[in-house]
Amino acid sequence: MLEYQTHEYDVLVIGAGGAGLRAAIEASANGARVGVVTKSLLGKAHTVMAEGGIAAALSNVDERDNWKVHFADTMRGGQYLNNWRMAELHAKEAPDRVRELEGWGALFDRTKDGRILQRNFGGHRYPRLAHVGDRTGLEMIRTLQDHGIHLGMEVHMECTVLVLLKDEGRIAGAFGYERERGRFLLFRAKAVVLATGGIGRAYKITSNSWEYTGDGHSLAYGAGASLIDMEFVQFHPTGMIWPPSVRGILVTEGVRGEGGVLKNKDGRRFMFDDIPENYRSQTADSEEEGWRYTQGDRNARRPPELLTRDHVARCIMREVREGRGSPHGGVFLDIAWIKTRVPTGAEYIKRKLPNMYHQFKQLAGVDITNEVMEVGPTTHYTMGGVRVDPDTQMSDLPGLFAAGECAGGLHGANRLGGNSLSDLLVFGKRGGEYAAKFASENGAVSINLDEIEAAARWALEPFERTGENPYEVQQDLQELMQDLAGIVRREGEMRDALEALNKLVCRAKRVGVPGNREYNGGWHTALDLRHLLTVAEIVTRTAIERKESRGAHFREDYPSKNDQEGGSNIVVQRSKSGEMEIRREPLMALPSELNQVIDEMK
Amino acid sequence: MSAAMFRIWRGGNGNGSFREYTTEVAPGMVVLDAVHRIQAEQANDLAVRWNCKAGKCGSCSAEINGLPRLMCMTRLDTLPLEEPITIEPMKSFPLIKDLVTDVSWNYQVKKTIRPFTPRPAAADGSWRMAQEDVDRVQEFRKCIECYLCQDVCHVLREHHLHGQFVGPRLLVFTAALEMHPLDTGRRTDDLHREHGIGYCNITKCCTTVCPEGITITDNAIIPLKERVVDDHFDPLRKLFRIFK
Repeated sequence: MLEYQTHEYDVLVIGAGGAGLRAAIEASANGARVGVVTKSLLGKAHTVMAEGGIAAALSNVDERDNWKVHFADTMRGGQYLNNWRMAELHAKEAPDRVRELEGWGALFDRTKDGRILQRNFGGHRYPRLAHVGDRTGLEMIRTLQDHGIHLGMEVHMECTVLVLLKDEGRIAGAFGYERERGRFLLFRAKAVVLATGGIGRAYKITSNSWEYTGDGHSLAYGAGASLIDMEFVQFHPTGMIWPPSVRGILVTEGVRGEGGVLKNKDGRRFMFDDIPENYRSQTADSEEEGWRYTQGDRNARRPPELLTRDHVARCIMREVREGRGSPHGGVFLDIAWIKTRVPTGAEYIKRKLPNMYHQFKQLAGVDITNEVMEVGPTTHYTMGGVRVDPDTQMSDLPGLFAAGECAGGLHGANRLGGNSLSDLLVFGKRGGEYAAKFASENGAVSINLDEIEAAARWALEPFERTGENPYEVQQDLQELMQDLAGIVRREGEMRDALEALNKLVCRAKRVGVPGNREYNGGWHTALDLRHLLTVAEIVTRTAIERKESRGAHFREDYPSKNDQEGGSNIVVQRSKSGEMEIRREPLMALPSELNQVIDEMK
Repeated sequence: MSAAMFRIWRGGNGNGSFREYTTEVAPGMVVLDAVHRIQAEQANDLAVRWNCKAGKCGSCSAEINGLPRLMCMTRLDTLPLEEPITIEPMKSFPLIKDLVTDVSWNYQVKKTIRPFTPRPAAADGSWRMAQEDVDRVQEFRKCIECYLCQDVCHVLREHHLHGQFVGPRLLVFTAALEMHPLDTGRRTDDLHREHGIGYCNITKCCTTVCPEGITITDNAIIPLKERVVDDHFDPLRKLFRIFK
C-alpha cells in the first residue's frame, strides 16, 4: 500500500527562487491558497548568486534611458529571436517591480540625491542595473522571502517533485517526496507555476548548484508542454578557473562594469580586436574612452569588455586556443589597474565588489586590489525553456505556468546580464497573477492514482539494485555535455553525444543506492538523473537542428548567421507515443511601432 | 595529490558515531570538496546540505575540528592535515542525519517578528534615502542565514532556551528592521518580552564565527538592548507613561 501525504492548493509553485517567490506572493495577494515546493531551504535558491543587479529603465542615473532603449537592447542582445511581446512587457514593467521591492524592504545603493543607483552592464546602453554592491540577488531573495512569509503561503522546504499530474488535458497537481524522511507527497492543485531555474548541472564547468538539474524543463516536457530555444545555453565569460576546486564559480560582470579589463598573457586588451558590426557604433574606440564610460562620462561609449556575454566568452576561447591564455587555460581580468586612475582604488574596489574581494582572497589566495584574476567561461544560464503565452505565462498545457529561467522566450539567443533578475520579477508576478485567475475560474481536479503509484514505484527502484553509482553517471554526463555540446559545437560531435547519451540512459536505469530513504544524497542524485538526461538530449538535438551560429549557439561547421535559420524558433515537444519531436516556428511578426523603436535605437 | 583522513559524523540522534574516511586532496580544495568526494566514492548516502559553494547561500554550515564554519569556505590548506579532520553537524538544532540538522525553528521564529512597515512613499511612489543611512543596515542585510551564530550561542547551544530567546541571527534581523531608514514599526516590547534579548550576555561568540564578518554584538544586539532599556527602564519615560 502506497503511503503519502496529501496537500491541496489553488496554486502550487514549484521553486522558491526569485520567480517562484514573486509568483507565490502575487497568487496569495490575489486570494489563492498557495503552496510552495522548494528543493532547498527557503532563501537558498540560486537567485542568491546573482551579483550584478536588476535591469530596469528607472533612468535615475541617465535620463536618456527609457523602456524603449531597454527593449531594443534586449532584442539586439537576443539576436532578434526573442518573443517581442515578452521583451516589451519586461522593459515596461521592470521599473515598477524594482520600486515595489523597495516598498517591501529592499535597500539598494543610492545616487547622490537619494534615489536608486544604477550601474553599467554588458549590452545595456545606459547605466541600468539597480544593485547592492555585488550581492543584489541575496537582497532580492531575502526581501521576497521576508515579505512572502506573512502572506499565508505554505512552504514545503527540501521537497522534490517527481512528476506533474494531469486531469483530462489540464494540470491537476504534482507528486514528489520530502528529503528529510523520504516520504511521498501528493499536491492537488488547480494551477501549477514552474519556477525551477536552469539546467547548469548538465555541464561539468558550471556556476550552478546541485539543484539546477532542469526539473521544470523536464517535468513540462514529460507532461506534454512544448519547450523553445533550448539550443541556447549561456556560458558566462568570467568564471573562476584556479584552483581546480573553484572552477566555474561566477565572477560578476560588475567587475568589468566598474572598470575591470580583460587581458591575454601578452598584456593585450584583446577585446578591442573583434567588435561585432551591430555593436561597432556603440563601442569605444580607445581604452581611454572605455574608461571614461565606466566612470559615468555620458559622451563616451562602452568598452568592448562590456559587449554581450556570448561574444566575450568566444573571444576568451579564441585567445586560449591560439596560445595567448593564462597559465591555467583562461585569461586575465584586471580591476587592480584602476588604482592608477582612482587615488583610493583599493578601497573603492572593496566597497563596490566586496564579495569578489572576499571570494578570491579566501578561495584562491588572490588579492584583487593588487593582483589580476584568472577567469574563463562557465555554464551559467539557459535561455530556452517552457514555451509560454507572453502575457499570462501559461504553457500550452492548460493550468501549467512557467516563469523565470525555466520559461523561454524573453532572452532569445542570448540574455543580457541583469535581465534575469528583472525577468524573475516581471514574469513571476504575471505567472502568479494568471495562475490564481486560472484557479478561480476552473473547478476541482481529480487525480489518477495509477500515475502516482507508478511514479512511487519508479522512485524506489534504486534501493532494490546494487548497480551503477549515481554520482558516476552524473559526472560522465557532465563531461560528455561539456566536451561535445558546449561552447563550440560541431555536428559530428553532437551526434556522438546523442549516442553516448543513449548509453547513459541505460546506465541510469541500473543505478543503485545504499541506505534508506532518510536524507540520502545518493538517492536524490539518482532521481535527478532522469531530468538531466532529458534536458541534455533536448539541448543536443536542438543544437544539431540550428545550422548557424547565433548568440550563445556557436557552430564551428556553420560559423556565421543565416537569415533563413534566424527566421524561426526551434520548439521541442513530446509526442503522444513518447517520441521527441522537433519543429520550427516562424518568429512572431514585430508590430510596426516596435520595429520603429528598434530602428531608432540602432 | 596526497591523502587526508576525515572523521565524519554518521547517523541520526542517539544512533550515530564518527566514521573515518581517507580521500585524495588537491591544492585549493575546501572541506566541502572533500566531503563531496567521499560522498561520491565511498558513502553515497551521506547527508550534506549545500548550494552555492561560494559562501553566499549559507547552507553548508558544520563544525570543523570543533569550530562552526562554512564547509565551502574552509580551505584544507588552513587545517592540520597530518591529523584527521573532524566534521560534525551543528549542535543547537535537532539532528536529522549525518551533517544535516533541522533548522526549521529559525523560520518559525522569524514569522513572529513584526514585518517591515514603511513610511508612505513620495507622490512618485519612491523614497529618497542617503547612502550613509542605507550603509548602516546593509551590514545586517549581508546575513546569509547560515545559523552558525545560533549554533555557537550558549543560550541556545548549552541552555536550550529556544522557546524564550530568538538568538543572534534573529536579533540581527530585528536590528535590520529597526534601523531601516523607512521602517516605522516598533519591536522593543517584543524584544523585551517575547524574544528574550536580556538573555544575551554579550560574550560575542556569534560575532567571532560570522562568515560574513557582521559585528553582530556591537552593531546589532547592543543598540537593540539600548533601545529596550530606553523604552522600558528609563525612569523619566516610566513616569511619563504613568501620567499619560
